[in-house]
Amino acid sequence: MTIQQPNSFRTGPDERGHFGIFGGRFVAETLMPLILDLEKAYAEAKADPAFRAEMDGYLSHYVGRPSPLYFAERLTEHLGGAKIYLKREELNHTGSHKVNNVLGQILLARRMGKKRIIAETGAGMHGVATATLCARFGLECIVYMGAVDVERQKPNVFRMQMLGAEVRPVQSGAKTLKDAMNEALRDWVTHVGATFYCIGTVAGPHPYPMMVRDFQSIIGHETREQILAAEARLPDSLVACIGGGSNAMGLFHPFLDDRAVEIYGVEAAGHGLGSGLHAASISGGRPGVLHGNRTYLLMDDDGQIQEAHSISAGLDYPGVGPEHAWLHSVGRATFLSATDDEALAAFRLLSRLEGIIPALESAHAIAKVIELAPMKPKDHLMVVNLSGRGDKDIFSVAEHLGGKL
Amino acid sequence: MTTRIDRRFAALRAESRAGLVTFLTAGDPDAETSLAILRALPQAGADVVELGMPFTDPMADGPAIQASSQRALKTGQTLRKTLAMVRTFRAGDDATPIVLMGYYNPIYIYGVDRFLVDAREAGVDGLIVVDLPPEEDEELCLPALKAGLNFIRLATPTTDDRRLPAVLANTSGFVYYVSITGITGSAAPDTGKVTGAVARIKRHTALPVCVGFGVRTAEHARAIAEGADGVVVGSALVDAVRASLDDEGRATRATVTAVTGLVSALAAGVRGARRVAAE
Ligand SMILES: Cc1ncc(COP(=O)(O)O)c(C=O)c1O
Repeated sequence: MTIQQPNSFRTGPDERGHFGIFGGRFVAETLMPLILDLEKAYAEAKADPAFRAEMDGYLSHYVGRPSPLYFAERLTEHLGGAKIYLKREELNHTGSHKVNNVLGQILLARRMGKKRIIAETGAGMHGVATATLCARFGLECIVYMGAVDVERQKPNVFRMQMLGAEVRPVQSGAKTLKDAMNEALRDWVTHVGATFYCIGTVAGPHPYPMMVRDFQSIIGHETREQILAAEARLPDSLVACIGGGSNAMGLFHPFLDDRAVEIYGVEAAGHGLGSGLHAASISGGRPGVLHGNRTYLLMDDDGQIQEAHSISAGLDYPGVGPEHAWLHSVGRATFLSATDDEALAAFRLLSRLEGIIPALESAHAIAKVIELAPMKPKDHLMVVNLSGRGDKDIFSVAEHLGGKL
Repeated sequence: MTTRIDRRFAALRAESRAGLVTFLTAGDPDAETSLAILRALPQAGADVVELGMPFTDPMADGPAIQASSQRALKTGQTLRKTLAMVRTFRAGDDATPIVLMGYYNPIYIYGVDRFLVDAREAGVDGLIVVDLPPEEDEELCLPALKAGLNFIRLATPTTDDRRLPAVLANTSGFVYYVSITGITGSAAPDTGKVTGAVARIKRHTALPVCVGFGVRTAEHARAIAEGADGVVVGSALVDAVRASLDDEGRATRATVTAVTGLVSALAAGVRGARRVAAE
């Protein structure tokens, strides 16, 4: 099958927020004026060199960027194929890539005069990043988190509370990320005036998927410079895990028009794609409309959204960002999936070989590196996004491994 | 082209009174009871019926309607069954307008064209789809209008005068004014503010304006009816369903009458309103 490909993969979305048939603004009327305001404020900020300069200042002095691009020598040796580089987003302040986006949105919220920040979180990394920047700028912070995730990501709940945020456990549905997002949207509809909704991934109504992508693209821009400095050429492949897809889009986007660069997104396969208990919306779902955008979703024949299943709270979401859905539909990116067990094995392997404990989310990307790297020649350069650190996960991993790490 | 909705509001105007618009979730607490309630509504005083199409993720709804959607889905409600329910109702009542209300995804998955044909054939008169603002009119609104169904849009306190024309442009049947910024079942709105907002909308349109969100009592319905063409009650009715269920969440002999009793009281409230310059 040949798929008609566009001249550039980097021009989306259109002015209505569409990436092909995906994206859009499927929200209640109450929110529509707010989303239009946000779009306008973001366009103004983007065009303002002072905003860029302010971001850059905090990115280097507060977040600690650039994050290193690290040659994973022992992992490379162990797998015996591609030369593997880790983009070390876990070394950012707060421990993941989430802070890149939150910084942008919080600075934007300040420009818009918003004093009350709400966020949804799954693994808690986005919640921690939001709580952190709210503390830094003296803003009220409310984080919605599924009750199941509150339980399995306890360390992050304490961190958020320490930072002065209010964590509201969500009891509806499967009590995970999707339900947290529903509740955050309900909050936003109710407190329209002063509230800024800081979405944690490249999903939601336009302009969020575009805006979050722009803020996260620093990952790919840095990677490009760093690999050119280290190897004097572009990488041959990129690998990143996909929850909503923000760390992945951040790495991928600057390389989309370098067609020789293979792009792999890794979804969470939970107990396996055949089990029905997974979170792989592209591999196991179909296009539908939820949370403000059209994208791949897990659902039944009646269009009812199904609950996702993943050991990783950050990937436990039945949807995916619309731009990923589009990249899949035009064949520019390949979407694979890793099971809970594969992620656990990767979690252990990276810890032992490189002295880096990855977040369970990032371990899904590593799991596919374990599969892909041995099939590639030794001069193949593979960059994997190490989106977060695994401190938050050690208790639940220990539990899954029956108490023995 | 006039629809049952147009004819019903014309009749209400001739009677110089506001209408009572009742919301219930199709299939709550089960298909059979839900149909029995639906059939009893006109007699109890409902002028227009809104039938909720249950969805797993009702983002604009509060706990009461979330729970009612869950009850309906648990007993196997689907969009196909909701349409069948309307068809059965229509066989015995050709006058009471039925508006289906819900979220887009189940319709999108059913297939927009097929849905419009089936809905019209079943006797549906209008649609309210919460997550389809005018910016997405091509999805369903325009095809629905072409298929002869009313597309009823929500206007909210955040819909300012600049935006109102866009919201009203492809709206038909009536305008649903959401009287608060918030989810369904939230605190009651201030009546004075509501009357002002209705007047503001009426400066932009000749369509009837119905007001909902937060109306729970007959007294409150009466007060709202003084300034609006219709009063929408949802969460209070859905709560009446819930309160009538047994410990396992099943319908009891009291379920239908719990709803019709409240509807009668609300209808009396609406009919008792002294109307102020609503025209
Ligand atoms: C470390 C880490 N990686 C990845 C993700 C998944 O999100 P996204 O796909 O938006 O990067 C999360 C989400 O919580 C996370 O905490």
